[in-house]
Amino acid sequence: MASSAFNTGGSLPRRQFINRVMGALLCLSAAVALTPLLLVIGFILANGISGINLDLLTKLPKPVGELGGGMGNAFLGTAILIALASLFGVPIGVLAGIYLSEFGNTGFARILRFLTDVLTGVPSIIIGIVAYTLVVVPTHSFSAVAGGVALAIIMIPVVTRTTEEALRRVPNALREASLGLGVHEWKTMMYIVLPAGLGGIVTGVMLAIARISGETAPLLFTAFGSRFWQDGLGNPIAAVPLQVYKYALAPYKDWHDQAWAAAFILMMLILILNVGVRVVTRSGFQKIR
Amino acid sequence: MASAAPAASKRAFQARALFGAANLPDIIFRTIVFLFGALTLLVLIAIIVASMVKESSQSIGVFGLSFLHTTVWDPVKEQFGALTFMYGTIVTSILGLLIATPISLGVAIFAVELAPPWLGNSISIVVELLAAIPSVLLGLWGIFVMVPFLQRVVEPAFIERFPDLPLFEGPPYGVGLLAGGLILAIMVIPTIVAISRDVMVTVPVAQREAMLALGATNWESTTWAVLPYARSGLLGAIVLGLGRALGETMAVTMVIGNQPQISASLFHPAYTMASVIANEFTEATFDLYLSALTEVGLLLFGVTIIMNMLARLLVWSTARASQQLGGA
Repeated sequence: MASSAFNTGGSLPRRQFINRVMGALLCLSAAVALTPLLLVIGFILANGISGINLDLLTKLPKPVGELGGGMGNAFLGTAILIALASLFGVPIGVLAGIYLSEFGNTGFARILRFLTDVLTGVPSIIIGIVAYTLVVVPTHSFSAVAGGVALAIIMIPVVTRTTEEALRRVPNALREASLGLGVHEWKTMMYIVLPAGLGGIVTGVMLAIARISGETAPLLFTAFGSRFWQDGLGNPIAAVPLQVYKYALAPYKDWHDQAWAAAFILMMLILILNVGVRVVTRSGFQKIR
Repeated sequence: MASAAPAASKRAFQARALFGAANLPDIIFRTIVFLFGALTLLVLIAIIVASMVKESSQSIGVFGLSFLHTTVWDPVKEQFGALTFMYGTIVTSILGLLIATPISLGVAIFAVELAPPWLGNSISIVVELLAAIPSVLLGLWGIFVMVPFLQRVVEPAFIERFPDLPLFEGPPYGVGLLAGGLILAIMVIPTIVAISRDVMVTVPVAQREAMLALGATNWESTTWAVLPYARSGLLGAIVLGLGRALGETMAVTMVIGNQPQISASLFHPAYTMASVIANEFTEATFDLYLSALTEVGLLLFGVTIIMNMLARLLVWSTARASQQLGGA
């Protein structure tokens, strides 16, 4: 098969010409792929930076028709939602990760690993419906807790798999040395293995937080949004991505400017988390080696 | 590659962990990890599936199969059929994939096979960062930058040049199937690039060296040695991209126009399955309405799950083949 393909390749200059044309096309495709993505970042930077001010971060939204105001409640709300999601999601994710790494050679663990990966691909709007059925329907109210549960479900598979990866990288010699000294398994885990893998676990949690901080779809009918300061965890809560969505679709110029500004802050937060985690883990790896 | 000795001792450790230790604290430790980690996760997945099925059962019972092939979506008459939304989802996803696939594979080949390592690595890092940008921010850009551009420049040009093609018919709204497809292409490019790059990296270097030693050019080594070897993994990357496109909600909702209609023209506003859930779920005032919306979600859920499973199996089969040949 390969030889016949060679024969149809033609003369050497022709083959070299094809090689060069394809090389140029591949180079072009890289440019085409990166352009719209960099445009998005560029426009958010350009349109967002002028709208950044203290009011945006600290004031409540003004009633419709009045200029000014901010979305301080949304920034607070996003912080509360992230805290709640981490509270529900991190313990389950880390424990499941420990299970997959330390007891993960069974058929059950393999199925669980596969399902966890599949859970990562479930559309976030579906997670919203699930959280609605599990929390909003029984409590008869949109709430911060419902939003936290939805975000936690998105967070769990990410934390599980990164925890597993981090613990698998911990050399077995460490486990053996500890167990060989007669240390209990749980103490080996708590004092030897977990501290050694902590950097990787924290990385996973940070990346998961970066992911959920921009999630909008699962919050539409769980957190719901609000135009006031938060009043308890059982009430609807504002969130930055929800506010960006609502303001972008509204017909007011002032709201559009605020949406760009909030988008700017959200994007910077997410990019800084991602870049920061990469820089820290890279230097961490070098130390281990 | 891990050598045999650590693997064996790890097995021993795990065997001891499961059966050996008989003291109480360790049994408690194992129970906690199993109950609150593994079992909770498994139960959570089961609950997700069960609650979706249970909530849609009313709508499934009332409409049966007609839900899949009727277009009337009328809450007032309590008549629900999802075909319009399925059409919008499928057309935008396929359009997005048609645009994204050649570009993404081009980027991956460029990054792995042609570019010097520093450039290849920087491209991969930038693409991964772009994957982290939330959907709602892309939608914001879509509404205020891409849609006006389509409406003023791109769509009029197409309409003028192909006046008789039903594909480009009608007034240039800006919002519509084309806008949805384009925004999806932008969103799935990072996914396809990242996975196909990982797959191509696992192709053993010896494969390429053998081709080059025979006098093949770079492009020939790529098309004859690397791509056939990575074929199933690359297909997996595309299927994973499709899964992502089908379930994408916010960005598409913001640019598709949200009008339930089936039209051949790419310039007409449409509606997708994820968008109808996003827009109408909080307005669903009676149980059947809510149940019908959940059934739309269940369909989406089922399709994306199947896509994901298929994709993982495809990617995994390439990785396993490389391992067996001693590659990677």
